[in-house]
Amino acid sequence: MSDVKQIVHNLTNQYGKSVESLLPILQNIMEINHVITEEAMIEVARELDISAAEVFGTATFYSFLNTSKPYGKYIIRVCKTITCMMHGKNQIIEEIELMLKIKPGETTHDRLFTLLETNCLGQCHQGPAMLINDTPYTQLTPSKVRDIINSYLVLEVSNY
Amino acid sequence: MTTKVNCKIDNISVSVEQGTTILEAAKKINIKVPTLCYHEDLCVAGNCRVCIVEQVGTDRLLPSCATPVAEGMEIITNSLRVRNARKRIIELLISEHNADCTKCFKNTKCELQSLASEYIFNDEGFINLVPYKNYKEVHLSPSISKDDSKCIRCQRCVRTCSELQDISALTVAYKGANMKISTFFEKPMYEVVCTNCGQCVNRCPTGALVERSYIDQVWDAIYDSKKHVVVQTAPAVRIALGESFGLPPGAIVTGQMVAALKRLGFDSVLDTDFSADLTIMEEGAELLNRLRMSLKENDTTVRFPMATSCSPGWVKFMEHAYPEYLDNLSSAKSPQQMFGALAKTYYARKRNIDPKNIVSVSVMPCTAKKYEANRPEMHASGYKDVDYVVTTRELAMMIKQAGIDFLALPEDDYDSLMGESSGAGVIFGATGGVMEAALRTVYELVTGREVPFEHLNILPVRGMESVKEASIVINNPLPEWDFLDGVELKTCVAHGLSNAKMIMEKVKRGEVNYHFIEVMACPGGCIGGGGQPIPTNYVIRKKRTDAIYSEDEGKPIRKSHENPEIKMVYDDFLKEPLGHKSHKLLHTHYTPRNRY
Repeated sequence: MSDVKQIVHNLTNQYGKSVESLLPILQNIMEINHVITEEAMIEVARELDISAAEVFGTATFYSFLNTSKPYGKYIIRVCKTITCMMHGKNQIIEEIELMLKIKPGETTHDRLFTLLETNCLGQCHQGPAMLINDTPYTQLTPSKVRDIINSYLVLEVSNY
Repeated sequence: MTTKVNCKIDNISVSVEQGTTILEAAKKINIKVPTLCYHEDLCVAGNCRVCIVEQVGTDRLLPSCATPVAEGMEIITNSLRVRNARKRIIELLISEHNADCTKCFKNTKCELQSLASEYIFNDEGFINLVPYKNYKEVHLSPSISKDDSKCIRCQRCVRTCSELQDISALTVAYKGANMKISTFFEKPMYEVVCTNCGQCVNRCPTGALVERSYIDQVWDAIYDSKKHVVVQTAPAVRIALGESFGLPPGAIVTGQMVAALKRLGFDSVLDTDFSADLTIMEEGAELLNRLRMSLKENDTTVRFPMATSCSPGWVKFMEHAYPEYLDNLSSAKSPQQMFGALAKTYYARKRNIDPKNIVSVSVMPCTAKKYEANRPEMHASGYKDVDYVVTTRELAMMIKQAGIDFLALPEDDYDSLMGESSGAGVIFGATGGVMEAALRTVYELVTGREVPFEHLNILPVRGMESVKEASIVINNPLPEWDFLDGVELKTCVAHGLSNAKMIMEKVKRGEVNYHFIEVMACPGGCIGGGGQPIPTNYVIRKKRTDAIYSEDEGKPIRKSHENPEIKMVYDDFLKEPLGHKSHKLLHTHYTPRNRY
C-alpha cells in the first residue's frame, strides 16, 4: 500500500466513512502532505464511496486546501486586502521575497517555506497581518518579518 | 388530508397544497414565469434568479422556484421592478457567456437566447467578460463536447449527473469568479467516469454541453459517389423525431422518417429494430445457455443475474463502477453494433458490394452510441462496423438543411434485407422493452407456447416505476428443456443509472436472486435518451413510451424469432445463435476502467 493510501485509510478509520468526514480527512491530508494529490482524492473517493469529482469539487473550493504543487512546511499567507495594503503589505512581501528568494505562489527549494497572498484575516485594525501555518502575526514591519522568519529557520536548525 | 394555502398571483386567487412553490402555483393558473436553472426532473437550485417575482408589501424579490406559497401571499410576476431586475440578471449572465449565437450548435434552441430575445439589450450593459475568462473548450470525447465559455453555471448538468444517474462525473469546482463545472481534475470527458449518457446534454439550457456532431462526415459520405451509405434507425427515433418539427410528443413518424432518409440520399434505409430482434435471439440463447450450464450441468462459475448489454451508458457504468461484475453482462453486442457488423459482411455479400465502400451510419436517440461505435473492439467485420452515429436532433437538423418539408412527406417503407422487424424489436426503445421482447421469445423457445400474457403484453415490466420485478414460472417445457420445469424465472428492470446502482448494490449484498436484469441508462429508456429532442420531462417520456407500445401493437409480427429476415440471416449466414460466426460478429467483451 502506498503512503497516500495508508494515510487515507488511517484517516477514514479515524473519522468514519460518511460524507461528513470528507472535510476533516482532506484537512488532515493537507496537514500531513502539504498537498492533496490526484491519487489521494481517488483514494478518499473510494473509501467514502463517492465520486472522485465530488472530492475534487470540495478540495478546490477551500483556499486552505492545496490541489496543485506541494506547499512547503511553513505556509506564509500575507493579507492582500485593502487595509493591510494601506498599512504596507507590499513592503512585507518584498522583504520576504528578498529573504527567501521566492515570489508569491512559489516554494523555497528546501521545501520549507511557501509564500502566498490571502484575503482578509480579520486583523484590519493591526495590519499588515500574515499567517504562518495557523499562527497569526500582526503589526508587521520589514524588520519584524525578518525576525519572525529567522525564528523559524533557527527552529529548523535546532531540530537537526 | 393535505393542508391548502391560498394566495394571489397577479391578482388571480389560487389555492394550492402546502409546500407548493410560487412557480408551480403560477403554472397552475397559466402564468408563465421564466426559468433557467429550474428543471422539472431535478431538485431546486435557485441559483440563476431569473424566476424572481415581487411579493406585495415586502421589498425583497423572491426566487419563485425556491419559495413555497404562504397563506395570504400576494405575488406580482410582472411589475416594473421584476422586469428591470430580470433584465439585469439576464444581462449579467450574458456578460460571462460567449454569445456568438450564429456559430453555436444550439442556435435558436438555446434557453438563454430565447430569454434574451424577450428584451432589448444594448452596449450600455455590463462589460463583456468572456475575453478575460480563459475559458476551456473540450471536443475530445467522441460523444459530448463541453464549452465553458457558454456555461452559465446553472448546475443542471451537475444535478442530472448526481441525482438521475448517481455518477457525479461533473461537479462544481473552485469558487467565486473562478467557479466552473468540471470533471475530476478537469480531465477530458472521455477519460473520466462519464458514461456518455447525454442526460446533461438534454438538460443544458445553453450550448455548453452538446453532442459531438458528425453531420458533416455523413454528408461527405452521401455525396461521395463511390460510397454505398447504409443507415439504421433506432426504435426510439421514430416516436420522437416529430417533436423537432413541431409535432406533439408521442407522434409516430416512422414512414416520414424513412422517406426523409431516402431523400437525404442514403443508399439503403434499414432498421436497427431488425438487429434488436437479432439481439434477442443471441441474448435469449445466452440466457438459456447459462441456465443450462448452471441447472443441468451444475457449473458454479456461471454468473447470475445476466444483465442486458444494449445500453452503452450502462455498459460503461459497469466497467467503471462494477468491474468485478463484467461477466454478468451479456456478451451479446448492442443492436447498433450487431447491425454494423452485419452491414459490412452479410449485407455486403448479399448485395455484392465491397465492404470497404460501405459507410454505415446510425441514427440513435443516444450520445453514448457515438462512444460505443468508436470502441476499438468494434471492428468485427474487419472495418469500423459503425462509421458515424448521429442523434435524433442531428437527423432533424440534416432534414432541415436539405430543405425537406418533413410533415408533408408521404410515408415510405424500409428497404429490404435488414429492414424488417417485429414489435419486439420496436419496444427495445422503452424501459422494460428488452425484457419483454426476450421473454416473448425465450418462453416460447422453451415451452413451445406463447408467453401467458394477454396479447403478448407483459404489463409487469412496463411503466415508469424506477424498478420493476417480474417472474414467470416455466411449466411443461419441451423435452430438451426439462431441467427448467417448475423453475421460476426471476427478472428485474431498472432505468436511470441511480436505480441501476441500487440494484447492483443489492446483487452485491446477495439480497436478490434474479436470473435476468435489464438496465437502460436513461430515464424511461431510449425514449428519454441523451440524443432525443429537447426538452424532456416525465409527461413527454410517458407519451413517447405509449407511442412505442402502440407501434408494437400495430405490427403483424410481435416476436423476434418470427421475423422472416431473422430466419433468413440464420439460414443463409449465421447458422445458429451463439454459433461460430455469431460469436465472431455479434458478441464482444468488456474492459475494467478507472474509478474517477
